[in-house]
Amino acid sequence: MTTPVSETPASPAAANPEGVVDPVVALLGDPRVQRVMGDGGALTDVDSPHGLDAEQLLDLFARLILLRVFDERAVAYQRQGRLGTYPMYSGEEAVQVGTVAAAQPGDWIFPSYRQASIGLLRGQGPEPSLRYWRGDARGLVDPRPLRVAPLATPVATHLPHAAGLAWAARQRGDDVASVAFFGDGATSAGDFHEGLNCAAVLGAPVVFVCTNNQWAISTPLHKQTRVSALADKGAAYGIPAVRVDGFDCVAMRLAAGEAFARAHGGGGPTLIEAVCYRIGPHGTADDPSLYRDAAEAGVWERVEPVRRMRGWLERRGAYPDGLEERLRSESRAEIEAAMQRIEADPPPPAEVLVDTLYAATPPALREQLGAWLDDAGGGEGR
Amino acid sequence: MAQLTLVEAINSGLRSEMERDSAVVVLGEDVARTGGVFRATQGLLERFGPERIIDTPLSEAGFVGFAIGMALYGLRPVVEIQFDCFVYPAFEQIVLHAGRYRWRTGGSVGLGLVVRIPFGGGNRAPDNHSDSPEALFCHVPGLKVVCPATPADGRSMLQAAIRDPDPVIFMEPKRIYRAGREEVDETAAVDDVVQPRAALRRRGDDLTLVAYGGNVPFCLAAAEKLAADGVSAEVLDLRSLYPLDRDAILESVRRTGRAVVVHEAPGFAGLGAEVSALIHERAMVDLLAPVQRVTGLDVCFPLMANEHDYMPNVARVLAGARRALTF
Repeated sequence: MTTPVSETPASPAAANPEGVVDPVVALLGDPRVQRVMGDGGALTDVDSPHGLDAEQLLDLFARLILLRVFDERAVAYQRQGRLGTYPMYSGEEAVQVGTVAAAQPGDWIFPSYRQASIGLLRGQGPEPSLRYWRGDARGLVDPRPLRVAPLATPVATHLPHAAGLAWAARQRGDDVASVAFFGDGATSAGDFHEGLNCAAVLGAPVVFVCTNNQWAISTPLHKQTRVSALADKGAAYGIPAVRVDGFDCVAMRLAAGEAFARAHGGGGPTLIEAVCYRIGPHGTADDPSLYRDAAEAGVWERVEPVRRMRGWLERRGAYPDGLEERLRSESRAEIEAAMQRIEADPPPPAEVLVDTLYAATPPALREQLGAWLDDAGGGEGR
Repeated sequence: MAQLTLVEAINSGLRSEMERDSAVVVLGEDVARTGGVFRATQGLLERFGPERIIDTPLSEAGFVGFAIGMALYGLRPVVEIQFDCFVYPAFEQIVLHAGRYRWRTGGSVGLGLVVRIPFGGGNRAPDNHSDSPEALFCHVPGLKVVCPATPADGRSMLQAAIRDPDPVIFMEPKRIYRAGREEVDETAAVDDVVQPRAALRRRGDDLTLVAYGGNVPFCLAAAEKLAADGVSAEVLDLRSLYPLDRDAILESVRRTGRAVVVHEAPGFAGLGAEVSALIHERAMVDLLAPVQRVTGLDVCFPLMANEHDYMPNVARVLAGARRALTF
């Protein structure tokens, strides 16, 4: 006996009196999905105390804008041929901002490629990310000062790293936790299972944040798994798991706060399923019109995290006039200036191919590169 | 000095490094309570406790990835892969992360990680317990790959691997784990990095036998027989498979004019092909015969009734030597 697979999972609450299904309510109306902010429509605000003061709320909002503007600029630069293929994340800022805001400064962040510029949230400045997405090896930086691991392009393989690092810190007597970001597709990969299982069994203080945006390129969630709520997978590892509205920055901040408190308190790992929707394409090389209705993405605009939080602040009289515009222009100026600076640099020298591979470069490698460059006319053929 | 087998010497090396540096931790399947299926980690739990020697779930990708995270934090994890073939689930972690982390962080963070792999056949083991996967790792940028052939090397090379700031694949020829004892100086000085230095195990003038791990004893036995026939064979133990000690190989072959490369892994695209190419590219004018290879077949490692049909042995090394001598 198997459960029938529904192409459009819908709860009764999702249908209005005319029987039209509202996908936003179908996805986020599940009572298990933790929410603070309503959408000014069918999803209502939840007015239980959130414990954040006005300054903290505006800081979250400012960080949403910073990530959003970077993403918009990066997509524009890619279209202009100034960056390589780029995985945009607009719509998924709340997952990153809420989680990182709940982390201690000493906690480590293990992003996937989808968190394409998450170092910004640790004060990194836009240069390394822009360089990285330009394909410039000078964007490969030391992760230790800001405790942001390199972006993981293989799917789910960084989950065991986050677990091992957090375990190591605990073994050394340091109060350090870690957080790993990954998507819904990653939950089908073996390293998701192995990472969560090893973390649980060995008691690693780690927070696993699954950005369930419903799509892995063209593969929808129901073709990824027969589990309708990815948080249910936590039970398989004996770890607490929650579903959170991934467009809701305050809800993410609260859920991540509990998870980090558990990690720091010796309670081991937590799985957070940040329920949201991939509003844009998978990346700049993707064409979603091949696999989904172009109109579909539009319905999510009313819950996307920037508009969502601004509306929520406005309803509370807590939104300073002109804030978004001011933040946008500041962020944009910083990013544009950084882009101009790095574009003025000469290309990275060929020596980067061999110089950073080992602590001491094997002589054979240097010889190989030297001969190779000679063959190309002393490197002139670049 | 202690008389140790290879596996006891590996245990001795682990113990010394764990004594010396509290950042050294050991993890893997059945390593703590049982001391590992080959007993390489015997007694370490009692001495160092469960925070230093960790029994993991059956999860090679998980615990190799876990060790990568540990190394990123500054620990010096030594991972035991229970048997050669069990490393394949961790291949992605080793190739995409262990080998690339330093590069991916602009040269800033090397992973001081050792993956110990008991490998090879000749043990009458079940299916999937006898592979020789060393060439796969030699092909991966960012790794070092070493293989001891003697108890003394088992200890000192493991210590150097643990101290090395880059990830090291430590291939352990399990067929000779208990093949014999030798005096191992447990107070000898240790290198702080893996040295790509081959060892001349026997000096000769007519022929160079190049091998590593469990095939070094075959080559020494073959050299003994050749000596009885008036042929003076040199035996070079590579020890480091990546990087290779190119100078030692070329120096020897330029003197003898003939080389036979011996390994148990399949011949196609194996270490023998690399050594042979090196010699032909750099020392062809000194050669009296083409380089010969004595290797495992390009087949799945057989079930035990056919092991002897697959493995190199003294007779096959001698046959390779004769091909070189009679060219």
